[in-house]
Amino acid sequence: MSFQTLKAAWRDTANVIRRVIGVPDYDRYLAHIRAHHPNARPMAREEFIRQRQVDRYSKPGARCC
Amino acid sequence: MPKVFRAVVWALIAVLAAAAFARLATSRGETINAAWLLTAAVCSYAVAYRFYSKLIASKIFALDASRTTPAVRLDDGRDFVPTNRWVVFGHHFAAIAGPGPLVGPTLAAQFGFLPGVIWIIVGVALGGAVQDFVILASSVRRNGKSLGQMAREEIGPIAGLTALVAVLGIMIVLLAVLALVVVNALKSSPWGTVTIGLTIPIAMLMGVYLRWIRPGRVLEASAMGIVAIIAALYIGQWVSNQPSLAATFTLSGGALAVAIMIYSFAASVVPVWLLLAPRDYLSAFVKIAVVLALAVGIIVSLPPLQMPAITQFVDGTGPVFAGKVFPFAFITIACGAISGFHALVASGTTPKMLEKESDARMVGYGSMLMESFVAVMALIAACALTPGVYFAINAPASAIGATAASAAEAVRHWGFVLDPAEMQRLASQVGETSLLSRTGGAPSLALGMAHLFSNVLGGGEAMAIWYHFAIMFEALFILTTLDAGTRVGRFMLQDLGRHVWAPFGRVSWYPAVVLSSALIVAMWGHFLYQGVIDPLGGINSLWPLFGISNQLLATVALCVGTTIIIKMGKARYAFVTMLPLAWLTLVTMSAGWEKLFSPDVKLGFLSHAHLVEGQVVANALPAAIKTLTDARRVIFNDYLDAAVAAFFMVSVVVILADSVREWAAVLGGRKPTVSSEVPFDAHVAVVGD
Repeated sequence: MSFQTLKAAWRDTANVIRRVIGVPDYDRYLAHIRAHHPNARPMAREEFIRQRQVDRYSKPGARCC
Repeated sequence: MPKVFRAVVWALIAVLAAAAFARLATSRGETINAAWLLTAAVCSYAVAYRFYSKLIASKIFALDASRTTPAVRLDDGRDFVPTNRWVVFGHHFAAIAGPGPLVGPTLAAQFGFLPGVIWIIVGVALGGAVQDFVILASSVRRNGKSLGQMAREEIGPIAGLTALVAVLGIMIVLLAVLALVVVNALKSSPWGTVTIGLTIPIAMLMGVYLRWIRPGRVLEASAMGIVAIIAALYIGQWVSNQPSLAATFTLSGGALAVAIMIYSFAASVVPVWLLLAPRDYLSAFVKIAVVLALAVGIIVSLPPLQMPAITQFVDGTGPVFAGKVFPFAFITIACGAISGFHALVASGTTPKMLEKESDARMVGYGSMLMESFVAVMALIAACALTPGVYFAINAPASAIGATAASAAEAVRHWGFVLDPAEMQRLASQVGETSLLSRTGGAPSLALGMAHLFSNVLGGGEAMAIWYHFAIMFEALFILTTLDAGTRVGRFMLQDLGRHVWAPFGRVSWYPAVVLSSALIVAMWGHFLYQGVIDPLGGINSLWPLFGISNQLLATVALCVGTTIIIKMGKARYAFVTMLPLAWLTLVTMSAGWEKLFSPDVKLGFLSHAHLVEGQVVANALPAAIKTLTDARRVIFNDYLDAAVAAFFMVSVVVILADSVREWAAVLGGRKPTVSSEVPFDAHVAVVGD
């Protein structure tokens, strides 16, 4: 296995872990805004993450006992 | 694979499940291996998933992979994001699994392993997994609506309001009882206290790192966090070996309760990035790692179950909590068999992530089976301890006295064996001064896990580290639940309060934030403190209240599910949700009734209040209640607990009556049988367009 494939495999694994533990996906958001709302100004990374976190912890639907 | 061959394989799996159950049920007077329990669980899950969840997926919802989901239709890159089903599965599992499925089965082990294992397996297959799946599928078909919204729209405004108030009530009881579990685990334990205390600055450093040093590098920060909490484990050990330092960190239950209240208040008013978010990442990692480690530990060591299949405590005389096996086994084990709280997650974040609606089966039904398996493992860990040790740890001091000798004597009366020297040896082996009456389930689970883990790695020498690792892991995610729960409770309170006084509802107005957070902490803090000073141990009164409240929420969810199924014109299949609904109604109502009116003073809140009132009049207070003020407080708390139980019971009746009225209207033709789901090919405006 080449270094490149290993690196790609790690990147995919890391992405899965991030999604599972609930880290906001900024790149996905940016791609979405660019593709669907080309005239809109996307939020900056920090702003996006802050907004997602505040939202996540203000509703009872994000976790359980 | 040929059809006949497949049928034979499934028949074999079903027979294996039945055989394992038969082996468990007929074991009398001999120890039986945990392998039988695992076999019964895994084979039953496989059959339930293959056939029962298939029935729900195809006959009721007719889930169709080509039908667009809200995640696809409303994709906004934020809330609604189509996500791979394995990722959603992991995310959903991490959100529903918490301390609940670990603590409940540990407590219910006082009845023996059989009642617990039957309820966990049968309950999940026919109840818990059905609830999660039905609510998830219903929410996916309704653009990700929440349980409260669906209750209001499908059943009616009364049901909607009851659901809303019930969720707030449940949060309060849940937070109190979980905080009590932590207090009991850390009481007089300098090692545990220091380790858990250190996780707070560790999480804050991670927060600062993610904010300013390397923004967004969550995995990097988490890796450092994990190294740091392992270091905290060893620092705790070092402190516990320094007599002067150890004394400073040897805290009483009362002091720990106050500390936890102050901490939760502070944590809920500081920005989320500083403490809550990094702690949540850390606890999600540790959670998944420990669940995997527990599975490996059990499968590698396959311990014999020392606990009998059924103990004499099914008659209601048990020391861990009062009440007969029916209904209290079904109240004590909530998460793991059926948990109403999951309906909030299944109608919260998860439905907005599903890429295909057919994934709802694996995510909704499948991850609840996983949670049930966690509960089975917790039961194994508890039952692998000798019954003598289990009862010495889990029975309050009022039942076993304060010394190893008195505990051994009490345990002998119950027909089990306990060598007083063994208790002392175990305590010092895990680095504690005493393990007697460490109620709440966490210490006995930690001891069970330490046994299993040290069999795999490190041997007897490592017992102390494994024990404190297990305590830390439980406390870590309980504290995360406390901050997050206090915060969510605050938003709910502000939302209700703005109808009374508008400025109270402003979420960015600091005085309102501080006031509402303080109110929420005061509410659960009151129950926590009451539990800490309760001579019967607190868990005895609080855990059943939590169980009743969680099953009440499940009742709401199953009423919503039944209503939706009937309105879809699938009344023929409504038994799927009505069966667990009928059972839960029976269980919550009879448990609530007994908690209110039982003449047994250990069980009934009112009879206990009358007893203490009589003692006050006769001027004959027992040793556990020292002053008249304490007696008045005990009486007040009994009436408060009774009122809370009565409130939950009334809520069950209201929701049920409102639902039955709606079903009768639809089935009787007075209301059209129209499903409120988003139609198959409708063009729906995209948010933000």
